[in-house]
Parts: sequence; C-alpha cells; structure tokens
Amino acid sequence: MIFEVFRQEKKGAAFAHAGSVSAPDAVFAEAFAREQYGRRQESEALWIVPRDAVCEVHDFPDELHKTYHRVDGYSLKAKLKEARERAGTAAD
Amino acid sequence: MNEREFVDYVQSGGQVETGDWLPDDYRAKLIKFIEMHGNSELMGVLPEREWILRAPTLQRKLALTAKVQDEVGHSQLIYRVVEDLGKPREQCLADLISGKSKFHNVFHYPTKTWGDVGVIAWLVDAAAIISQKALLKCSYAPYARIMKKICWEESFHILHGRDVILTLMNGTDEQRELVQEALTRWWGPLMQFHGNPIPAEDDPMYVWRIKSQGNEEARQQFLDGYVPQIWELGLTVPDPKLRKNDDGVWEYGEPDWDELKHVVTGHGPKTQERLELRRRMLEQEAWVRSVVLAEAA
Amino acid sequence: MSERAQRLIEYADDELILGWRDSEWTGIAPSLEEDVAFSSIAQNEIGHARALYELAARDLGTTADVLAFDRDPSEYRCAPLVELRKLDWAHTIARHWLYETADELRLQALKESDDEEVAGLAAKMDREEVYHRLHAQMWADRLRDEPRFREAVDELWPYAPAVVDENLRPTLAKRLNLPSDTLSLGERGDHSDELRELWEEMTMVRRSVPGATW
Repeated sequence: MIFEVFRQEKKGAAFAHAGSVSAPDAVFAEAFAREQYGRRQESEALWIVPRDAVCEVHDFPDELHKTYHRVDGYSLKAKLKEARERAGTAAD
Repeated sequence: MNEREFVDYVQSGGQVETGDWLPDDYRAKLIKFIEMHGNSELMGVLPEREWILRAPTLQRKLALTAKVQDEVGHSQLIYRVVEDLGKPREQCLADLISGKSKFHNVFHYPTKTWGDVGVIAWLVDAAAIISQKALLKCSYAPYARIMKKICWEESFHILHGRDVILTLMNGTDEQRELVQEALTRWWGPLMQFHGNPIPAEDDPMYVWRIKSQGNEEARQQFLDGYVPQIWELGLTVPDPKLRKNDDGVWEYGEPDWDELKHVVTGHGPKTQERLELRRRMLEQEAWVRSVVLAEAA
Repeated sequence: MSERAQRLIEYADDELILGWRDSEWTGIAPSLEEDVAFSSIAQNEIGHARALYELAARDLGTTADVLAFDRDPSEYRCAPLVELRKLDWAHTIARHWLYETADELRLQALKESDDEEVAGLAAKMDREEVYHRLHAQMWADRLRDEPRFREAVDELWPYAPAVVDENLRPTLAKRLNLPSDTLSLGERGDHSDELRELWEEMTMVRRSVPGATW
C-alpha cells in the first residue's frame, strides 16, 4: 500500500506533502515515514495517510469572471480622485 | 495540448504532474532517465557499504553508514516516482539485474582502499550533485520535488568527503599516497561521468527539459569547482592536457568514450559481481516481501 | 580496571558488535524503506557504543576509538548473541527481538543506578531504544507464524540470557515465554571464530597505518 507523508517543518507551519512510502499497514508506514522524513530531526511532525484516502480536486471554472469577490475587481483610483476634488482635499 | 505545444510549454519553464497528459516519447524517456538514476543510487551503495564495516573510527563509521543510508533513501524516493508513472519497483529491479536497464559508469568500478572512500564522497558525489542540481528544474514536477530533498541531504556527503580527504592529506605519507592513488584511478571514470559532449539542443533530455543542462556544461562546472580544490592539496591529476584556457574553458585529454560505453552496457570490472549480489539478496529475501510487505489484499 | 569501566565496556562491546552486524544490511535489506529504517537502528547502536566507551575511556585515560578498535578480539566482553553472523532476515529479526527484550531489562536497571552519569546516559539511550523495541515488535508480530522466524528464535533464544546479569534472567525468561531455568548458551566473553573474522575486517584500515588520524 502507498501512504502519503505530510510534514510540518517547524511549529506553527502548515503540513506540506513530502512524499510517499510503500508499507503493508499503518504501523509499518509510521516506522518507515519516521525514518525517511525525520531521522535528522528535520520535521516537527508528520501526517501519514493511505493514498486512497486522499482525493484530488483540480477543476475550478471561472467562465463568467467573478471579480466581485477578488481584490482585482476593485479599481478605486478614479473615484478617489473625484471625491478628493469635490472635497477640496486633492493634492496640488 | 499537442506535442508541439507541450515542448513549448516545458521549454518556457512549464511543469507537469503525474495525472497530466504526457507525450508518449516524453513519458518513455522520462521513465528511462529516472529509473537509471534510481538504479545508480542503489548500485552506488554496494561499493561504499564494504567500507562501513572497515571504517577506522566510530565517527567515520557513523558518517559513512548515514551517507549510504541516504543513498538508499534516495533510491526509495526515485523508484516511488517511477512507480507512480506506472512501472512497479519489482520490474525496475528485475530489469536492473537482467541488464536491461542501466546505471552510471562510476558504480561499475572497484573500491580498493580508504582513499577511494574519500575520493568518492568528495569528487564522485560532487559530479553527481552538479547533475542533480540541474534536475531541480525538471519539467516533471514530482521528480523536481524529490530532487530538493536529495540535494539537501547530499550537502553533508560533500563535507564528509572533504573531511576524510583533508584528514588523510594532513596525515602520514602512506595516507597521502592513498588519496593520490585513488584519484589517479578514478579520474578517467569521473571525466566520463557526465556523458559525451552532445550539444544540448540535440539531447532529447534537454529538449524535453528533463535535464536543464547539457553534458559539457555539467563537466565544465565540475572541473571549475573541483580542479582548484585538487591542486591546492598538492595532488596530481593524471591528465597533462588539463588546463583552464584564457576564455575560462577547461581543456582536457579526450575521455575514453569507448570505455564508457563498454562499462555502462554491463562490462565494467565489477558489474556482474554487484548485480549478482543484488540478485542473490533479492532472491534470498523474496519470502519477506511476500509474507510481510505484500500489498494488503 | 575498575568495575565501572568493565561494565561500561561490556555494554559498549554489545552495542558495537551488534551495530556492526546490523550495519551489514545497509544497502541490501528486504525493502528500500526497511533498509533506511534498519540503518538508523544500526547507527543508534554504534552511537550508544560510542557514548559508553567515552565514559569508560575517561576513567581509563584513553579514547573511545582505542577501546572500540585497538584490543585483541579475545579481550572483547560482548555477549555471544551479538557476534553471530546471521545475514538472513529471519535470524536478524529474531536476534533483534531477543536482544531488545533483554536490553530493555538492562537499561531499566541502569536508569536506577546510583551512578548519576550512567543513569543519565541510560535514560538517553532508552529514549532511542523505544523505537528499536517498537520496530522489533512490529516485525516479530508480522513474522509470528512464519516457520523461518520461529526456527530462528528457537535457535537463538538460548543466547539471550547471557546479555543480562543473572538476577534479571528469570524476568527475561518470562518476557520471552521460556522456562525460568533456561540455561544460557555461553557467557559474556566466550568468543567464536566469527568475532575474530569480524574484528579483522573491522580493524583492517585502522591497522594499516597504526596510530594515524583518520
């Protein structure tokens, strides 16, 4: 069985995918992952997950350009300039 | 995407993942290249492991065991990548033993003394690391990612090698002679290691951006980095033509390309003996894999 | 030689020789993942040997390397179990499991020693040994019904008692599910030709330029 290994580099960091080990069960997978990804104390912690428990998602359609919920959907320069001129606070 | 678009994509730095569409030729060349790397790490262990048992101090024994352990770990990382491309490791090992697939020239040669231990860790590993750093930009992302871990672990190997060599060079005349004699024997294979100087544009590995560096570029980098290190210790390189010219390019005696071909096709001095050891251990411990390590039904 | 130095050397010799035997598997173990894991165990054993030799070396005015390598094979005080050459996985795991079971008892006793330095080192070693024991048990559980493994255990268990002092042997026998009057096959310091062969290989580079720095 293939087990995916995620490692946390330091306390507070996210767990990132590091690789995979081939093992007959979770007990062996833990022993193997511990050595492959932690023998130099290079990891704070590991998550070990059977490969078939991981599902991949990779299709995110944006056909109708939903900029309303992103920062690039808001261009305020012109409106700000107009507002400042109206208030008499525009820079010279 | 078609093949032309794929080439453009990878040549402008694009990377692909396991599930992406890969041109047949790319996939085939990729598997062969990565498999050869895995084979090399695994075969490279055999000349070095003898010296674990003979290490002359506790510290050297620990360091050498850890170095060889790293090499085995690298082969695990590499074969996992090949497996995810569809070729099981049992098949890789069978092809290695039968001679169908290859491994790098340097691992077909004998190690004769503790001097070899130093020269291998200092220079052979250095030559390998130059190639490995170039793979960090491999168009196949899973392979590029494991190269990060591999390069990080190799950094101690270089220091260990340098430490062994410097200690010998600062020791007795006999110890200095161990280094010189090993260097003289290893120079030929080292010069052949990066392969013959096929122009990068003609090298399919480069076209597909599996490698991001041509063979000659790698060799020049090796010479530039390590010949000064060799000369500053008072050691002699057995090549009277070796010199850096005014354009900063290293000139050298033509490596024996026939020897390289002869060796990698399975006729090196230690090829058959080492493959036989692999075959014997695989056979002897096959029961372990079927009883314990087989996939759960 | 003081009793303290002698006992430290006995323990160090066990760890050195077992570590040397276990390091023979680096590169040729049954799976790549197991190869990496077992190599860490071998390194830890050598590391323990080094720490134990260093304590003894201070008492004796010498160095760990001199103690580890520069004695005649007949002067080593390891238990017979560790010097047997058994380069097959069933015997290797059988020995590993037997040794770790015995070693756990030895370490427990040392952790309670009045000698603070020894007790401190024993505690450090034990924190690493936890993983050795888990590893040995993991394999022993999996191989429990495998005839090769059971035969290997049958062959090797008589060597286990010599790893520990006599007062710990009844407990060891119980842990291994053996009769409490199990006779020990050989005692610490009884050597076979296999130790001399091991020593010749282990020391050949060191002896090639006596007194040199490596």
